Amino acid sequence: MDMKDSSPASARRTFFTQASAGVALLALAPGVRLVDLALARVQDEPASATQRWGLLVDVDRCVSGCDACVSACDTEHGLDGNERPQTDAQWIRKVDLVDNNTEHQLSLPVMCQHCEEPPCVDVCPTGASFRRADGIVLVDKHTCIGCRYCMMACPYKARSFIHEDLTGQKTHAPRGKGTVESCTLCVHRVDRGESPACVEACTDAGHEALVFGDINDRNDPLATQLAETTTRELRADLKLNTAVRYRGL
Amino acid sequence: MKIAYFQSVSSSRGYWLISAIAGVVTLAGLLGAHHMENAGHWVTGMSNQVVWGVPHVFAIFLIVAASGALNTASIASVFGRDDYKPLARLSALLAIALLSGGLAVLVLDLGRPDRLIVAMTHYNFKSIFAWNIFLYIGFMFIVGIYLWMMFEPRMNRFSARVGTAAFIWRLVLTTGTGSIFGFLVAREAFDSAVMAPLFVVMSLSFGTALTLLIGMLIFWINGAAIDPALAQKLRRLLGFFVIGVAYLVAVDHLTRLYVTGHHQLERFILVDGGIYTLLFWGVQILLGTVVPAILLLLPRFCQRGYLITAALLVVVGALAQVYVLIIGGQVFPLELFPGYSVTSTFYDGVIAHYTPSLAELALGMGGMGLAVLVTLIGVRILPFVPVQMAGENQD
Ligand code: SF4
Ligand code: SF4
Repeated sequence: MDMKDSSPASARRTFFTQASAGVALLALAPGVRLVDLALARVQDEPASATQRWGLLVDVDRCVSGCDACVSACDTEHGLDGNERPQTDAQWIRKVDLVDNNTEHQLSLPVMCQHCEEPPCVDVCPTGASFRRADGIVLVDKHTCIGCRYCMMACPYKARSFIHEDLTGQKTHAPRGKGTVESCTLCVHRVDRGESPACVEACTDAGHEALVFGDINDRNDPLATQLAETTTRELRADLKLNTAVRYRGL
Repeated sequence: MKIAYFQSVSSSRGYWLISAIAGVVTLAGLLGAHHMENAGHWVTGMSNQVVWGVPHVFAIFLIVAASGALNTASIASVFGRDDYKPLARLSALLAIALLSGGLAVLVLDLGRPDRLIVAMTHYNFKSIFAWNIFLYIGFMFIVGIYLWMMFEPRMNRFSARVGTAAFIWRLVLTTGTGSIFGFLVAREAFDSAVMAPLFVVMSLSFGTALTLLIGMLIFWINGAAIDPALAQKLRRLLGFFVIGVAYLVAVDHLTRLYVTGHHQLERFILVDGGIYTLLFWGVQILLGTVVPAILLLLPRFCQRGYLITAALLVVVGALAQVYVLIIGGQVFPLELFPGYSVTSTFYDGVIAHYTPSLAELALGMGGMGLAVLVTLIGVRILPFVPVQMAGENQD
C-alpha cells in the first residue's frame, strides 16, 4: 500500500544513466563518475532523490485546437466522464490565452506541476497526498478521506474530486468515488522506462511541444533544454519550484 | 452573594416539541448526507471549481461559534464575574454541542466519511487540518473537565484554573480554524493578515448570539426567563462584538484594496459579484451588522423581543459572512496567467457557478439541529439551568 517506497525503478533510463556514466567514466575524472554510478538506480529500487522527473512545455510548438495530450491522458487513465463538465475529472486541460495588450494568442496544457514544495502535500491531513523521492506528486487512494483541502490549496487547479461512481477503471490507475486525484506524470509508465502518455501523443501528432525527462541528469535532453533556454514556472511568485516548466510564455 | 442552584429541565410539552423539531432537522441532515455519499457529490452544487460548499459554511460557522459560546463561562470563572455564573454551565454545554454539530457536518461531507478512522490514525503534522483535529478533540475534553469542576462542589475551587486553560485553548482553536484559510496562499480571498483576529472576534459575536438564543429557548422551556440584568449585559457585549467584527471586516477589505492590491477580487465582492455582493451588503452588513448594532446598543430597544431579533439577525449575517468568504473566495478564478484573457474546458478565467442543492442544505442545517439536540439532552439529564438567578440575590 505504501507507494512511497515500493515503486520499481526505471529500467531503461537507469540503463542510459549507467551507460552514459560509463562513457563519461572513461573521459572524465574517475572519482566524480563513480559517485554518479553509485547513485544510479536499478529496477526494483525505490524512487530515488537523485532523479527529478519533469516536463517542459514549448508553448511556441503547442497548437491551438489540438488536444492530443488531453485525449491521450483520458484514454490512458480511463477518465471517461459523465458529460458533466463541472464535476468530471480533468487531469490535463488545454488553456487558450489572449494577451490583453497585443492580442497575441497562445495555447498550452496545464496539469499538476509536481511542485517541489507542494501545498497540496503540506495541507493534507492524513498524508495521502505525498511527493515521491523522484519528485512525482501522488495521492494514496487508500488514505485519502476526500476532504478536498488539497484542492483548495493547489494554486493551479490541478486536482479533481471523484463526484460519482466509476466504471471501467484501469488496473494501473486506481480511482474511486469520494477521493481526489490528479496527474501522476504517468508514474506507471515512467517506472517502466517510458515517457508519459501526453508526451508520446504530442510527439506522435508531430508537434513535439512536450519534453519529458530527468531535470537532475545533465545528459538528459530535458535538462539540456532547461539549461539552454529561458523557461518559466506558473505562479513563480509562490516559489514552489515546479517540475513543469513553460517556454515561450 | 448567593449562589444560584441548578436543576435539570423537566419533561414538558415545550421540551418535547423543541426536541422533536431539532430531531427532525437532524434526521433530514442525515438523510441529505446519506444521499450525497450514496450518489456521490455530483448531486450537490459542489464541483471541481467550488470544492467546499454550504456544508462547510455551516460547519465553520458552528465551530467558530462553539469557541465563542464558552465566553460566558470564561467571563464568570476567568475574569471572576459572578453575575455571569448562572449561564456558565449552559455556555460550556453549548460549546460542546455546537462543536459536535459542526464536526458532524464536516465529517459527513467527506468524500469517504467511512474513513474517519484513517483520519484518526494517519496524521500529517505539517497540516493545520490535522492539528485542528487535536484542537477540537482537546477542546471537548477540557470543557468536559471544566463542567465537572463546576458541577462537583468539592472541585469548584479548581474551576477558575481549568476555565483559564479552556479560555486559552479556545483562542488557539479559533486561530487554528482561521488558519485553515490562511494556508491557502494561492487564493487571494484568504490571503489576509487579519484572518486570525477576525475569526476570534467572529467567534465571540456568533457564540454570544447563539448563547442568548439557545439560552432563552432553554429557559423558556423550563418556564423561566434569563435574569434581565444578565440579559442586558450580554446584549451590550454582543453589540460590541458586532462592531468589532465590522471593524475587522473593514480592515480586511481595505488592506486588500490598498496593501495587497487584490482589486479585481474586491471589485467582485463589493461591486459586481451578483449574489455575493448582495449577500455582503444586504445580509452581512445591513441585516447582520447595522440593524443588530442599533438594536443592541441603543437603550430604547432593550426589550426582549428586540434582543431576540438582534441575535437572530447576527446569526443570519454570520452565515452570510461565512458564505461570502468561503464560496465567494472560490468562485472567483485563480489567476495563473496575469495579463492574459484565459479560456479552457476546466473553467479557467471565469466566475464559477454554485447553487446549493437540497441535500447539502439539509446536511448543513442538520448540524444546527444536532447542536440543539445535544443541548436539550444535556439539560435534561444534568443540572444545567439555574433556578434562581444570582443577579436577583445580589446585595
Ligand atoms: S500542482 Fe497542485 S496538485 Fe500538483 S503538486 Fe503542485 S499543489 Fe500539488
Ligand atoms: S482530499 Fe485526500 S489527498 Fe486531498 S487533502 Fe484530503 S485526504 Fe489529502
